[in-house]
Amino acid sequence: MKMIFGRPAGLTDTKQRYCPGCGHGIVHRLIAELMIELDIRERTVGIAPVGCSVFADEYFNCDMIQPPHGRGPAVSTGIKRARPECIVFSYQGDGDLAAIGTAETVHAAARNENITLIFINNAIYGMTGGQLAPTTLPGMRSTTSVKGRDIYKQGYPIKVCELIAGLDGPYYLERVAVHTPKDIIKTKKALKTAFQNQIKNNGFSLIEVLSMCPTGWGITPIDSKKWIVDKMIPYYPLGVFRDRSKEEK
Amino acid sequence: MAEKKLIYGNHAMVEGVISAGCRFFAGYPITPQNEIPELMSIRMNEEDGVFLQTESEIAAINMLFGAAAAGKRAMTSSSSPGISLMQEGISYIAGSDIPVLIVNIVRGGPGLGNIAPAQSDYFQSTRGGGHGDYYTITLAPNSVQELYEFPKTGFELAEKYRNPVLILADGLLGQMMEPVEFNFEPVDPKSLPEPEWALSGCKGRERRVVRSYDLRPGKLEEWNWRRYEKYQKVIAQEQRYEENYCDNADLIMVAYGTCARVSEATVKIAREKGYKIGLFRPITLWPFPQKKMTELAKKTKHFLVIEMSLGQMIEDVKLYTECRSQIHFHGRPGGGVPTPIEILNKIETILGGKK
Repeated sequence: MKMIFGRPAGLTDTKQRYCPGCGHGIVHRLIAELMIELDIRERTVGIAPVGCSVFADEYFNCDMIQPPHGRGPAVSTGIKRARPECIVFSYQGDGDLAAIGTAETVHAAARNENITLIFINNAIYGMTGGQLAPTTLPGMRSTTSVKGRDIYKQGYPIKVCELIAGLDGPYYLERVAVHTPKDIIKTKKALKTAFQNQIKNNGFSLIEVLSMCPTGWGITPIDSKKWIVDKMIPYYPLGVFRDRSKEEK
Repeated sequence: MAEKKLIYGNHAMVEGVISAGCRFFAGYPITPQNEIPELMSIRMNEEDGVFLQTESEIAAINMLFGAAAAGKRAMTSSSSPGISLMQEGISYIAGSDIPVLIVNIVRGGPGLGNIAPAQSDYFQSTRGGGHGDYYTITLAPNSVQELYEFPKTGFELAEKYRNPVLILADGLLGQMMEPVEFNFEPVDPKSLPEPEWALSGCKGRERRVVRSYDLRPGKLEEWNWRRYEKYQKVIAQEQRYEENYCDNADLIMVAYGTCARVSEATVKIAREKGYKIGLFRPITLWPFPQKKMTELAKKTKHFLVIEMSLGQMIEDVKLYTECRSQIHFHGRPGGGVPTPIEILNKIETILGGKK
């Protein structure tokens, strides 16, 4: 029998611990496929965040490092500058990248550091049990905003792509989602562009992925997909926020 | 004979780092160590190395983590408040068994304190500093010559034990000019082998993972006990010190760094006056030179600990003299530097004119 679908060689043969309906597994697979398709697995170093995807260091079949919460862009910078021949990606959640690690994210972008950041925005802290994230929507419930995010007391969410697009430094910024097959294909294309930018030494790419967290949101996996369409995309519009390859033409 | 030059302590440190084959520096400006990154920015450029002025000390230590995990010699320098910010990163680096070199040009604290020389980061340096069970090997130079030599020693110790190494100095040593003998052959970074744990892409080998966590029951305990064995080995093998006139002394001063220099002058004056005074200088603050300390305690009645702090190293002196001797203290916290006369007065009070 001929195998027509299997685990990509960019993933280890490990059972992933993500919840049913979670978006992490989808994005992991896309990255793993791209490492093989672009033939970069054997020179890639990946960075796992703190959060649900801390275990990414077990799942990606490449060299991996697990730094302190939010410091992925700084650790990536160290690895890339020390070994420019390596392809370096930092996989981060919203608490990691947009709360505790905001400074490292902004400054790596401002330096146009030749690295790839993959930012999973699911509007909640998953690992710690569903607390308010920097990306939690106004009015959205979390375990630390049980009546919904009060913008007068807890402020507004951070739109990362829009924030970073205010800098001259970064080379490529795009926001995508993984709630439909069509969007998953678009996400893969965006990730491919990001890795190719690094291969070509163009500089900093950040791909923000709107991703489902049914457990954190307290709804079913099916409803989670609808929630992305109804709630997240209106607040976090999809699209390319910076593409310097076009500016240079 | 090796070349000899009159240079500043901070500049000697930079040349020592370059000569040690290090080509990666990341740091954030803070007084009184700014001459180090300033000269480093020029020297790293000349040597085709990496110089990064970072957005914070937090970013700097994590860049070191990345570069060192990639198998390259990497260092940062800072001063007390900046080193406090680095503690999270140092804990992760220690927990991941990655060798790095960190220089702390200590200033007066706590808080913003001042920019005068101090030794008040002894506890932080010798007791881990961040969260979790770990130690950093800590070297305390007392001359511009040692500022030049210790980076190489530091990297060698860091790599031998896969552990972060601290060099603890102060602004006075950094700003001091002394003749330095360039007494070792500069290390060619290309001659340094790739460590068997380095992240470099998994071509032709199993993938490698650098991490400080293990959630499996009992596993972290195993890791920590393995690290304990490593620390025991460091304690057994790496105690370094210098002693002056310690045999048959009525009183031995215990001091490191700048205080040791001041105490050297005191020994001279006191001996001229007929006092039988010695000086014991710990060079490694962790591991503390405990074997020699205990040995000296068996035959010495008085120890006078001199520190630019409220008294931190004195706890180790008390611990390793094992209650055999009388321990006295002369301290100058908050940026004060003791003078030989001050110390001499203290000695005369202790010995009560007994010569």
